[in-house]
Order: sequence, then structure tokens, then C-alpha cells
Amino acid sequence: MSRDERAAGPAGASTGASAAGPAAAATPGATGEPVPAFEAIGLTRSYRLDGGVLVDALRGVSLRIGQGEFAAIAGPSGSGKSTLMHLLGCLDRPTSGTLRVNGVDVATLDDAGLAELRNRTIGFVFQSFHLLARTSALDNVALPLVYRSVSRAERRERAGAALEAVGLGHRLTHRPSQMSGGEQQRVAIARALVGDPRVLLADEPTGNLDTRNGEEVMGLLERLNEGGVAVVLVTHDAEVAARARRRIHVRDGRIERDT
Amino acid sequence: MRTAEALRMAVEALRVNRLRSTLTMLGVIIGVFSVVILVAIGTGAKNAVEKEISGLGSNIILVVPGQVGLGAAPTQSRLDLSDVAYVRRVVGDPSRVTVAVNSGEPVRVGRVEVFATLTGTDENMPHVFDRPLRRGRYLSETDVDTRRRVVILGSEVAAKLFGDVDPIGRQVTIAGVRFRVIGVYETVGSTFGVARDQEVHLPVTTAQRLIGLPRINGIAVGASGPDEIESLRQRVVAALDARYPGETFSAVTQTQLLGTIGTVLGMLTGVLAAIAGISLLVGGVGVSNIMLVGVRERTKEVGLRKALGARGRDILGQFLIEAVLLTTIGGVIGILTGVGGALLIQAVSPVPASITWWSIVLAFGVSAAVGVFFGVAPARRAARLDPVVALRTD
Repeated sequence: MSRDERAAGPAGASTGASAAGPAAAATPGATGEPVPAFEAIGLTRSYRLDGGVLVDALRGVSLRIGQGEFAAIAGPSGSGKSTLMHLLGCLDRPTSGTLRVNGVDVATLDDAGLAELRNRTIGFVFQSFHLLARTSALDNVALPLVYRSVSRAERRERAGAALEAVGLGHRLTHRPSQMSGGEQQRVAIARALVGDPRVLLADEPTGNLDTRNGEEVMGLLERLNEGGVAVVLVTHDAEVAARARRRIHVRDGRIERDT
Repeated sequence: MRTAEALRMAVEALRVNRLRSTLTMLGVIIGVFSVVILVAIGTGAKNAVEKEISGLGSNIILVVPGQVGLGAAPTQSRLDLSDVAYVRRVVGDPSRVTVAVNSGEPVRVGRVEVFATLTGTDENMPHVFDRPLRRGRYLSETDVDTRRRVVILGSEVAAKLFGDVDPIGRQVTIAGVRFRVIGVYETVGSTFGVARDQEVHLPVTTAQRLIGLPRINGIAVGASGPDEIESLRQRVVAALDARYPGETFSAVTQTQLLGTIGTVLGMLTGVLAAIAGISLLVGGVGVSNIMLVGVRERTKEVGLRKALGARGRDILGQFLIEAVLLTTIGGVIGILTGVGGALLIQAVSPVPASITWWSIVLAFGVSAAVGVFFGVAPARRAARLDPVVALRTD
């Protein structure tokens, strides 16, 4: 997709003021209830294609995902589930509607504020792992901490602990090319975890894995969820979606079913 | 993100693409190398010429008939020895005025023959010019008055004709006439392409008879100090103009020569440096080009870094530091090879080279600036990448 396609662009993109910061957001709201991890009200997202045709990828999505939930966003390809995940992950801004991540309205954040929110609140796991090829597992995992100005020694220590937590304590110096797909995805999960996020956003985490490795990764995500991290899976695989406690079905840019 | 971290990433990125980084650097290296070495040669030439001019002696005014300057036709001299006497009266101190009659003749000893520049002059020559003797004596008043057939040899002429033998008191033959050697000059090098060590000095009167013309080529006047040069110059020219109405005489001072030549050589150095600078610019374009390739190749990495929390300026910094690192490493290598090259040229060839600190500082500064200038566009492109789009790139 080119720059032009996205020209329909996010509403209220740079209203500045990241002063409220994501750190303050973890505190419970005024009602005394804990703030939800995600709260979306009437989210839409439109793209303008090269030909000038406007495509509505999301047509008004409202949902709430609480802290510590395990939810799957399911739907066929083209349903808008990836767009929804990009919005939840603050990689993109909605065309209209309100999105609060951990209580912070993303419309109030500038790009640097969004980056900080991603860095501290969200851990990403991608279908194709997205590891840096020539970098060791340890340094791959430590990457998010680089953008938090954590010292090198502490980064390595925390990255080591995160790799230990996903059962790869013996693979610290290995490069992605020296590891199996399952191991690579576990490195990616360790990287998502290293910054102690509130939410793991996993986009087809088992899509590139065989059954056994996929099973292993799903087990790992479940264990992490039991530890208190909210997990949001995006998948078109009904079997994977079935393992989540909550399933949100998306079709044609709308939530079709939420069980 | 800390600067140290960005630097580490940049080093890593350059290391991964070692060949590509080296080739890109080569453009900068060649540019900086050329700037440093050409400025060194230009400055060296300027220094050498200035040294030559001041090596003549101090506060010298050269008086020649006609107009001196580019495009001026050579003038047939109408000055003779009476004019020298006239100038001596004008100056007031006869010992500060000397004369030159020039010709070129082969000088022979036995079967050895050397072509030399013959200069007829007088006993005052050493008072005006700085021309130390190695052996023997200068011309005397009697030598000039009695047209003695005596010569003083330049060091090169002496070495070619006599080798290790002491030439004092020996005979040389010039145009069939035999001369006795009374002195040998120290080696002094050349001035304006005149190899002064290939000169042979003889009494001006003897030279005029040898050539068969009573003319002289020029008069040299030594001022008593730098403050007197200009007023003396004007006085001498005015006096000669009064003596020969309608004729032109030129009097050139060392300061004028230094000024003119210094300006010309300074400009030449500037032009050389500018041409070399263009190659540095081309090197910079190469850096820009390769950085654009790098950004395109690493689009997905940029997307990932952004997803993990990198801000636009973190990405900008990463790529900018990479570009600057590329050019400054190239700059340092260029400076080292340039300095080495200049020293080598000086050691093995007659071309003088003088390394100036400003050319090194400038070369380094410019190569860093080239990195920033040519790195900014690719780095901004990377910083503005949309993470969603970037992550999807294959």
C-alpha cells in the first residue's frame, strides 16, 4: 500500500500532548473499576486506493477488552481483523471513533506518544516472527528496551530472563537462522514480553508453524495469560480461535459475533 | 535511544554490508584524498616559490627596460654601463647597485662541455644578492675595470666540469676564449625556472666583449631596508624616465613578485581544491544512493522497530548516524592516505608538498557535513515509513 492509499488518513492524528503518558494510565479509573486494556467506540478506518476509490476496512467497531483477558479476533481474510489489530496495536490511527488503550485516548497522543505507548503497553507477536536476521536471540529480545534507554547490561539481563521464561535459556547467542520456526516464534514472544506489557497482540502466531510447534506456542501464550497478561489473538483458524476464552468474529468491517 | 546505541547499530549495519560500505566509502576517500593532496601540492609550490624569491636576497629592486607583464613584447635593451653609473648616482651608494648581462654559451674543459647561463656582473653583486661562495673569491673592481678573463662557477657547472677536483685556478674555455676560475658558488637551487647553479659569472665588461654588444640586460638595486623599497623604486624609475623621455622602464620589487605569484598560486590551489571537492560531492551522492537502497532493504526492519516503540527520530538518528559514520570513516582514511601521499610525493619527486592543518580540518568537516547532507533525505524517508505498510513489505 502506498502513502496515497492511506491518505484518507487518521482523524485528529497529531493533537499532541503525550504528557498524560501511558504510565499514568494503569491506575484505575474514577469509578474504582480497573480501566480496560482496550476500549473502542465506533471505530472506522477507510483507505483511499490509488484509483481514488475509498475502501472502508472498518465500519464502526465498538468493543472492550479487559485486563488479563484472552480474546481471539477471528474472521476470514479481508474481514478487517488485521486493520482492527493495527488500530489496537497503535500502529495506525482510526479514521473516526474513539480508542482508549489502557485508559489513554490515542487521539491525544502524537506519533512519539504512540511509539511510547506501543513500547510500554503492547507486546507484538507476528505471523512471520520479524526477527532481525543477523542478530542473536538475546539482542533481538532486548530490542524494545533500546527505545526505553535501558542500560545495555540491564537489557541483556532482562532479555536473558525473558528467553528463560519461554524455555530458550540455552539459545541466547543463536541467530534466527540457527533456530526452528517454533523456537523463532518463542524468541519473538520473549521480545514481546521483555518490556512487561499489559497486552500481547498476536497476529496469526501459529500461521507459519507446524501443528506441534503451533501447539507449543499456543500453550506458551495460555501460560502467559494465566500470569496476568491480556492476550489478543488475530486468526482465521477456527481451531486456534477456539482456544481463546472469548471469540470476536469480524466480517465486512463489523463485529459479527462476540462470544 | 542513546547515541552510543545508535552508533553501535550503525557500525553493525556497515559491518554486515562490508563490501558495499567499503565501495561507498571509496567515493568519499578519493574525494578527501584529492583535496588533501592537491592542497598540499599547491601550498608546497607556493611556499617553494616564496622561498626562492626571498632566497635571492632581501629588499631587491630589479630594473629592466620596457614593460614587465603578461603579453608585453620583449624590449631591446638600450641600457648600457653609463646608465649603471647614472643609477648609482641616483641611489647615492654605488655598492648597492649591480648589473647583469645575460647570455648562454657552452663552457668546456678538455672534452667535457656544459651549457651554462653566462651572467656578466660586477663587484657589487654580493652586496645586493644573497649568493654565498663555497670556495675562492667574488669578482673585484679590478676584474671589471681590466676586463679580466675570470669566472665564478655555479656549483652544478663546477661539479660537471671538474668532478671532485678543486677548480680554483684552473682554465675553462668559453667561445674559444680561455678563462681562469676564481670561485665556486654554494648550491642555491633555482628561481623562476632559472637554474642558478648552472650559472657562470664573469666581469660585465668581459661579457660585453664576448657577446659583442655594449648593452646590459638589467640593473639590480638593493634598498637599505623594507621601508625604503617603494620610494627608491620610484626614484630610480623617474630618473631613468627623465634620462630617456618616451621610453618605459620597469622596476619590480620582491614584494610585488611575491604578491603576484602568491595570488596566482593561491588561486591555483583553490581551483584544484574545488575540482577535488567536486569528487567529494560525487562521493556524497553515492552515499545518498546507497543509504536509499539500505532504507528500502530494511523497510521491514524499520516497521518492526517502530512497532516495538522506536520513534521517528530514533529511526532518523539511526540512518543519519550510519551515513555520517560512512563519510567520516571515509574522510579519516582519505586524510591519512592524502597525508601519506603528500609525504611520499615530497620524498620521491621534486614536487614540493606542504600539508596544511586547515585542509585536514576542512576535509574532515566537509566529509561529516556530506554525510549529514546526503544522509538526511534517506533517513527522513525511513523515519516517515508507516509501520503497517513497512511490516507488510517483503
